[in-house]
Amino acid sequence: MNKLNAKIPEGSLGEKWSNHKAHIGVVSPANKRKLDVIVVGTGLAGGSAAASLAELGYNVLSFCYQDSPRRAHSIAAQGGINAAKNYQNDNDSVYRLFYETIKGGDYRAREANVYRLAEVSGAIIDQCVAQGVPFARDYGGLLDNRSFGGALVSRTFYARGQTGQQLLLGCYGALNRQIKNGGVKVYSRHEVLDIVVIDGKARGVIARDLVTGKIERFGAHAVVLATGGYGNVFFLSTNAMGCNVSAAWQAYKRGAFFGNPCFVQIHPTCIPVHGDQQSKLTLMSESLRNDGRVWVPKKKEDAEKLQAGTLAPNDIPDAERDFYLERRYPAFGNLVPRDVASRAAKERCDAGFGVNNTGKAVFLDFKYAIDRLGEETIRKRYGNLFQMYEKITAVNPYKNPMMIYPAIHYSMGGLWVDYNLMTTIPGLYAIGECNFSDHGANRLGASALMQGLADGYFILPYTIGDYLAKEIQTPRVKTDAPEFEEAENRVTGRLRALYDIKGTKSPDHFHKHLGHVMWDHVGMARDAAGLKEALRAIEELKKEFYRDLRVTGDFTAMNNELEKAGRVADFFELASLMTRDALERAESCGGHFRLESVTEEGEARRDDDLFRFVAAWEYKGEEAEPALHKEALAYENIQIAQRSYK
Amino acid sequence: MSDKILKELTLKIWRQQNAKAKGGFETYKIRDVSGGTSFLEMLDILNEQLVSENKEPVAFDHDCREGICGMCSLFINGRAHGPDDEVTTCQLHMRRFRDGETITVEPWRSGAFPVIKDLIVDRKAFEKILQAGGYVSVTTGGVPDGNAIPVANEKAEEAMDAAACIGCGACVATCKNSSAMLFVSAKVSQLALLPQGKVEAARRARAMVATMDELGFGNCTNTGACESECPKKISVEHIARLNREYLKAKLQE
Ligand SMILES: Cc1cc2nc3c(=O)[nH]c(=O)nc-3n(C[C@H](O)[C@H](O)[C@H](O)COP(=O)(O)OP(=O)(O)OC[C@H]3O[C@@H](n4cnc5c(N)ncnc54)[C@H](O)[C@@H]3O)c2cc1C
Ligand code: SF4
Ligand code: FES
Repeated sequence: MNKLNAKIPEGSLGEKWSNHKAHIGVVSPANKRKLDVIVVGTGLAGGSAAASLAELGYNVLSFCYQDSPRRAHSIAAQGGINAAKNYQNDNDSVYRLFYETIKGGDYRAREANVYRLAEVSGAIIDQCVAQGVPFARDYGGLLDNRSFGGALVSRTFYARGQTGQQLLLGCYGALNRQIKNGGVKVYSRHEVLDIVVIDGKARGVIARDLVTGKIERFGAHAVVLATGGYGNVFFLSTNAMGCNVSAAWQAYKRGAFFGNPCFVQIHPTCIPVHGDQQSKLTLMSESLRNDGRVWVPKKKEDAEKLQAGTLAPNDIPDAERDFYLERRYPAFGNLVPRDVASRAAKERCDAGFGVNNTGKAVFLDFKYAIDRLGEETIRKRYGNLFQMYEKITAVNPYKNPMMIYPAIHYSMGGLWVDYNLMTTIPGLYAIGECNFSDHGANRLGASALMQGLADGYFILPYTIGDYLAKEIQTPRVKTDAPEFEEAENRVTGRLRALYDIKGTKSPDHFHKHLGHVMWDHVGMARDAAGLKEALRAIEELKKEFYRDLRVTGDFTAMNNELEKAGRVADFFELASLMTRDALERAESCGGHFRLESVTEEGEARRDDDLFRFVAAWEYKGEEAEPALHKEALAYENIQIAQRSYK
Repeated sequence: MSDKILKELTLKIWRQQNAKAKGGFETYKIRDVSGGTSFLEMLDILNEQLVSENKEPVAFDHDCREGICGMCSLFINGRAHGPDDEVTTCQLHMRRFRDGETITVEPWRSGAFPVIKDLIVDRKAFEKILQAGGYVSVTTGGVPDGNAIPVANEKAEEAMDAAACIGCGACVATCKNSSAMLFVSAKVSQLALLPQGKVEAARRARAMVATMDELGFGNCTNTGACESECPKKISVEHIARLNREYLKAKLQE
């Protein structure tokens, strides 16, 4: 039997969500109190879900690996959040947001989910304002908007360069209110390492208390994963150091399908790599492309002099500068979507026109905007970003162009979910960045915050009710069942095996190597030969990892090295699946660029005849190949076309 | 972006096996660190070195490494988040130090933040203060349109200044009284400035201050040390606003 049933409701696109809500089950208040829900993750998705579920009356157990829910990586989002409010009267609408998201995703997302996302987007802004989120306002006191890549209207709401922080703190407030009311119990510094499935249904998790090192069991009527993205498989990324795939990966191994693992996003505006001791990459908000112009020298010898440090960027006259985005994409210019901007930068650098001592950077220049608008206006718009840039690089971006280079930023792929956000394991849900659902092959800027909050505030609290309505007879889940025992042993065994290797190299050593393999072969440009080489290299490195890993410290105590080792072990397995998926998808689409699939002009060529589907991978065991299931994508409301930003 | 190289540094780092153990300083040498390396990357290098010697690495808190999550801490050469102003430890770079320098690294020292291991402390007390009332009591759904209530631009900006607090605890660690007033005032002030939060402003101030007192944070004696060490430049003016809100609450009683 094909387990891939997306459960998309009947009716026209605009009616689906309301029809669905009208027909799904609802749990009575008295019964809600008897039901427990585990929510793993306290970012925008998990935090908003946990708070909203507790407000409804469910008992919520919430988990995060940081010392506080407020520190989830959503906190780092800078630019903003989209919503189809049409406050600017620029002809925005639910349909336009829907259309641009599908197009931006290069026609690899599900219509019904994306339309629903656009439909609830407005309510998110209302909710956040009511919570006291200090969004930017115009002089009349109304909410301000900015524009973002891939959109023709201004629909992005923001709070300085700290939108994610402010939205998350709003949501954390809602969570705190429920903690105080007793509806939520938070387990911080806990890492979820396995999912417990009983009689085919998700019934709990196994977590490691990161302070004591104890492995603990937690039972519930349903489990929600909101664990964020897996960009750290590349080691260097804009993710936080602790971002991991472990909970999602174990869910995959217990039977949840993994959707489109090869779809990752590379962000064009990050601070370039400075050396091999680097631990992470810092994003410079995409909003900078509103006022910055991207260029490299026209002449190779100028690039070489810049690399050698014998020429300063400001000494290159305008006529000798190649504003390659404006040249190649006159309609969108510097505001082309991320994947297009990233590849264009790589193309110039590979051709030898890159700058910085590494040759792996391009300029983002504010000189023109400062001439036009004055330094004060630029300071107001981007002051904190400029300051951050200067702190990191010791270069003043008001006087010199910034240097930027693409970096891994976001994972569009993730656990496969149906319209209800349920995975292929009944009772196991996935929301936010850790599912595959709304962004297709490429995510538009300011749409991840929107998706996380849409899932957590306005979608999951309804759809989970439909499942839980059938669970009201199920008593509280006891954690002495054999399935819990088995799962706990599995986790202990896995960690023990790593701890007992007693080799010579640290987890970071292997993680960095894995990152290099992934960036070189499964990064911005991919081809069959490179992907096959990656599969071989990953296997080889993984063998070495299991032979030569060294985990210092005590097993049952706080042990950061053991935490890292567990995460790297899962990244190895994910890396293979990503590579396999990339190999299978012999077309270019969104963030996935196959060198074999390009137009005569060198632009990406999508292949809708062969690849208009979601790749959902099923785990078949340690030694067996995973099985590929295909969810065909139907576009009934959109004229599907090759994406063009010319 | 070519940076200087620090040929040798001496690190004096606080090591403590767990909450109950007695801690002490250990001294380490580290060589050839580029000025473009961040402080935490320097600790990563040290930790790799320790692992290669089969010793246990130094435990420290960190996550985003871009100055926003508030997870990193550290007293560096006697200053919270190190020698630079308006910088978190994760954004501090080694170009700020001299070749041959000795750098002392300690955890936050405050009774309210007990050490868990090495440089990691427990900041749950902050959570409890916010749980007492650091929010607007709204439930998901059923709220007015985002533009229903205009908010003057300056008020929104001022609220944003206060809302920038990252909950790192540097203010408490720096204060000789271990007072949490700057942290508490940032939240009270942000919400009191906005019409959405004004409704419960008095109750919020009362509840948060009461919880802060219960948790053993000290009194504020207006030394201003917190503001100067705060990586987000949260102003002590917010403490004045908190005092006003608190007084109002008392008068209402
Ligand atoms: C630097 C940066 C800037 C960005 N800017 C924008 C922007 O301007 N606009 C936009 O729309 N999007 C932006 N994004 C993307 C967006 O921020 C994220 O996609 C989104 O916030 C993810 O939210 P989430 O709730 O799914 O996950 P996260 O916020 O990452 O939360 C994950 C949670 O899961 C927990 N967790 C993870 N693994 C485990 C485990 N094994 N056990 C227990 N707990 C676990 C973590 O503790 C955390 O609480 C940005 C991303 C980055 C990195
Ligand atoms: S007020 Fe400043 S120092 Fe105190 S917790 Fe907030 S950001 Fe940190
Ligand atoms: S690690 Fe996040 S603020 Fe320093």
